[in-house]
Amino acid sequence: MIVADKKPIEEIIEEIKEHEKILILGCNECVTVCEAGGKKEVGVLASALRMYFLNQGRNVTIDEVTLERQCDHEYLEEIRDRMDQYDAVVSIACGVGVQFMAEKYHDTPVYPGVNTCFLGVTEKRGLWTERCQACGQCILASTGGICPVSRCAKRLLNGPCGGSVRGSCEINKDIDCAWQLIIDRLKALDRLDDYEKICALKDWSFDRAGGPRKVVREDVQE
Amino acid sequence: MRLQYPTDIKIILLPCTGKLDVLHILHAFEKGADGVYAVGCMEGDCHYNSGNLRARKRVEQARHILDVIGMGGERVQMYNLSSSEGPRFAQIAVEMDERIRNLGPNPIKRAKHRAA
Repeated sequence: MIVADKKPIEEIIEEIKEHEKILILGCNECVTVCEAGGKKEVGVLASALRMYFLNQGRNVTIDEVTLERQCDHEYLEEIRDRMDQYDAVVSIACGVGVQFMAEKYHDTPVYPGVNTCFLGVTEKRGLWTERCQACGQCILASTGGICPVSRCAKRLLNGPCGGSVRGSCEINKDIDCAWQLIIDRLKALDRLDDYEKICALKDWSFDRAGGPRKVVREDVQE
Repeated sequence: MRLQYPTDIKIILLPCTGKLDVLHILHAFEKGADGVYAVGCMEGDCHYNSGNLRARKRVEQARHILDVIGMGGERVQMYNLSSSEGPRFAQIAVEMDERIRNLGPNPIKRAKHRAA
């Protein structure tokens, strides 16, 4: 899932302080799971903002809506009828949702309420860690299902650097050395021979180096 | 025991303080509460293991939010005591009542009054 973290309320207040009618827009998907932008977070942020503006002596309308997703047309269309009531939207979906919202409602300012962090997993409640950098050409088949692109600080593709110390990365002892994990996993799978295979130069044009990307699937297009 | 404590405290029963949510606290202030305190079991004695510890975190979150928006985080407090500590319950009620009286009324209430 896409992992996000809440922005400080002070920062959000600074973004929207000039507006009078504001919609706080949550998303029921990834940001709900990582407890940054779901229905509950919408409620907390909206309540805090209502009290802030009242305390400032300002009568600002703060409404709450949480959509199933903000990255699909049909869900964003659900609020079209009421959008003329607002002069700003705070979207607490990921950056994708904020941007799609801004594209669809061109005349309404849309402000981000979360910092979008990475593609990751819930290790336990309150701890989310990165697993994928969406590099566009997955090599997990040859690395025991552990990604050196997202989990090695240097994105090394052919074994660890000299900074791997007792299973930890040299940049921080709390970060596992991805290559130590890969070797351990290949051993467990009895596929350590795979470690000897040289990984050819990776084509980074499928990563961000090639600019904004798109996936075109004519077979499913209407 | 017939203990006396301030009459301006409204008690809301929860099955466990683990049920308490940040939203409950914030909505109480939005509706005009001058202060909110949660009274949970002693830490380590929760029947549901960690309900009171969760409540403490949520109270801390609410305190932080109230500080940030200028309402005063000290209007919210978490207390832990056992069900046999009646005198302590009354003492906490007095303590919280005094604290809130010193802080004054909920500023939202005043703002709403001015706007009306």
